Amino acid sequence: MATYPWAAGYVDDGDRPKIVTARFEHEDSYTITRYHATEGYAGLKAALTRTPGEVHDEVRGATVLGRGGAGFPAGTKWGLMPPEKYPRYLVVNGDESEPGTYKDRLLMERDPHQLIEGCLIAAYAAGLSQVFLYIRGEMPLAHERVATALNEAYAAGYVGKNILGTDFSVDIILHWGAGAYVVGEETALIESLEGKRGEPRLKPPYFPAAIGLYGQPTIVNNVETLSNLPWLLRNGVAAYTAIGTETSPGTRMVAVSGHVARPGVFEIVNGTTTFRDLLFGDEFCQGIRDGNSLKAFVPGGGSAPWFTPEQLDVPFEGRVAGAAGSMLGSGAVMVMDDTTDIPTAALTLTRFYAHESCGQCTPCREGGTWLMRVLERVVEGQGTRADLDQLLEIGESICPGKFPHAANSALGLEATPFPYKMTTICFVGPSAYAPVHSALTHFRDEFEARVADTPARRQIPVTAVH
Amino acid sequence: MSRLNEANTILAKEIIARYPKARSATIPLLHLSQQQNGYVTEEAMAHVAELVGATPAEVQGTATFYEMFKFRPVGKYLVNICGTMSCQLMGSEALLHHAEEVLGVKPGGTTADGMFTLEHAECQAACTEAPNMQVNYRHCHRMTNEAFDQLIADLREGKRDADIPAHGTLARIRQQIPAEKAVGPVSPDDPARPVWTPAPEVK
Ligand SMILES: Cc1cc2nc3c(=O)[nH]c(=O)nc-3n(C[C@H](O)[C@H](O)[C@H](O)COP(=O)(O)O)c2cc1C
Ligand code: SF4
Ligand code: FES
Repeated sequence: MATYPWAAGYVDDGDRPKIVTARFEHEDSYTITRYHATEGYAGLKAALTRTPGEVHDEVRGATVLGRGGAGFPAGTKWGLMPPEKYPRYLVVNGDESEPGTYKDRLLMERDPHQLIEGCLIAAYAAGLSQVFLYIRGEMPLAHERVATALNEAYAAGYVGKNILGTDFSVDIILHWGAGAYVVGEETALIESLEGKRGEPRLKPPYFPAAIGLYGQPTIVNNVETLSNLPWLLRNGVAAYTAIGTETSPGTRMVAVSGHVARPGVFEIVNGTTTFRDLLFGDEFCQGIRDGNSLKAFVPGGGSAPWFTPEQLDVPFEGRVAGAAGSMLGSGAVMVMDDTTDIPTAALTLTRFYAHESCGQCTPCREGGTWLMRVLERVVEGQGTRADLDQLLEIGESICPGKFPHAANSALGLEATPFPYKMTTICFVGPSAYAPVHSALTHFRDEFEARVADTPARRQIPVTAVH
Repeated sequence: MSRLNEANTILAKEIIARYPKARSATIPLLHLSQQQNGYVTEEAMAHVAELVGATPAEVQGTATFYEMFKFRPVGKYLVNICGTMSCQLMGSEALLHHAEEVLGVKPGGTTADGMFTLEHAECQAACTEAPNMQVNYRHCHRMTNEAFDQLIADLREGKRDADIPAHGTLARIRQQIPAEKAVGPVSPDDPARPVWTPAPEVK
């Protein structure tokens, strides 16, 4: 096992293949000197010997899944842009702020040239000559590393006019945010990049591939997604798809936090690695802290419905996780041991989403605040039994119908698979409900122990706060 | 004197020139004004509006959406304690209480000497290293009460000046695009196919 003081949290262990974290072992991994010494920009050179169409076919053939949350294949997404409509733009999503997610910041701080090279490959294939690299505001070190790397790359002729003497030209513009979770949503990211409030746009019609930045076709890709491309172009589709499974090839970065013996960020094999491997494996988290037992875990970022020990054998395969009642999201696993106060944990997440609502949709703005207020009351021991039903009713107004949840044999529950219906523009509203629904589904007894048995429903003194 | 000064106005124009539409530079320019003044003033917003060709109300509308922009003076150091799930599971509440006690302020408050503003913050993308906090957005991992006390003492004595600049300064290194290498902004109104992209075959 190896950890490095310069890459806090990253655990390099076992003989797993490494695609995006291979340079992390070097303290100077972010410099162009180290990058050159470790096959840097060889993927770009390989791409430039092919036609843009051939490069696009390789990305399509490798099924590089988006790592930002939705898991949509990058090659397919690029192909959704209307043919012959120019100009096009690429917006890189470096806004990482989904609760539990810690990987894009590491990639930007530790290997900025890899990301830049990924942007260049995407721009070449998609036929666009301006890239905006949007970095979350609260990450000044990532800014500094990416800015330095861009300055080096411009000087060396990798970015800008006539790259490496060819007729391929592209600018990469470093842009930065100013603190707003919802801006990570791709249409909000575009609004923000246009200098506006980061409010998500309605889809349809505003699918970025069709109507994106300045109304033009736009690709939005996550930092980790693009960081895969240099390796892919160097090693080819066969090498990429030899790792993982057919539907989830390659690797992915996963952060495991909370009550495990060894929390960390791991590059795992996609598709085959299970949550049991990850939480209990020797090369990963080595079990639950202090010999405690596992109570529940959030498998894919704060928005994801929770799993319990019953789902430990679910692999990192989107369809399987979806059928089991949740999603893999942004590669963020948050682990709760048996000492965890479940209502408080749910409240922490619900408060986050309620606070981050942009306010456009009533069910999210009001519903999120109501969920938070009622839950606060329950956690503080001021709630009643009626409040628990009230929580589910509020949730129904955000997500009508059955909400996804995992199976629970002790309670005789079968899984309700993903996805859900929603009354809101984006997923922030449903995300405020997900933790409440999961906690109430699997741990209702903990809530009941907290509330008074008065049947009368009290007045709910809640209005939205911003 | 809270419009952008001369040097920053030049820098602002350089930044604006990178974008197809000037208004896209709004957030970077607001950061620049916050770096100059420590917070975002009315005059600075009016100046940014002039520079990007928007109304002051539009710039204000954008600015108020984002957590990092402050419209009143804050301490030299903004102390943000993460309270989101991974940190909460690992004891962030105790850390926040300790910080309140040591600094003598509640979240949102600034110490009387103007050194520290305390805030309750959300996930800082460092969840495996909980509990986390940031000082002027510089990460501090696996915090304990002792580490917090030491950090505050060091900040008071100026021992962290080299790595933690005063509030407002984000990155100390900026992107520089040499004029002879720049492709320049791509106007959304320019429908030309990039030269390296072959025309589709006519069937
Ligand atoms: C509320 C919300 C927040 C999001 N935050 C992020 C984020 O911080 N980073 C990210 O890459 N994607 C985020 N996404 C997903 C993006 O909308 C988008 O799907 C993604 O950036 C596409 O890149 P990919 O296909 O490479 O994954 C978020 C989505 C939602 C609904
Ligand atoms: S769901 Fe919430 S955050 Fe998303 S657009 Fe609607 S109000 Fe805004
Ligand atoms: S929850 Fe605190 S850093 Fe993510």
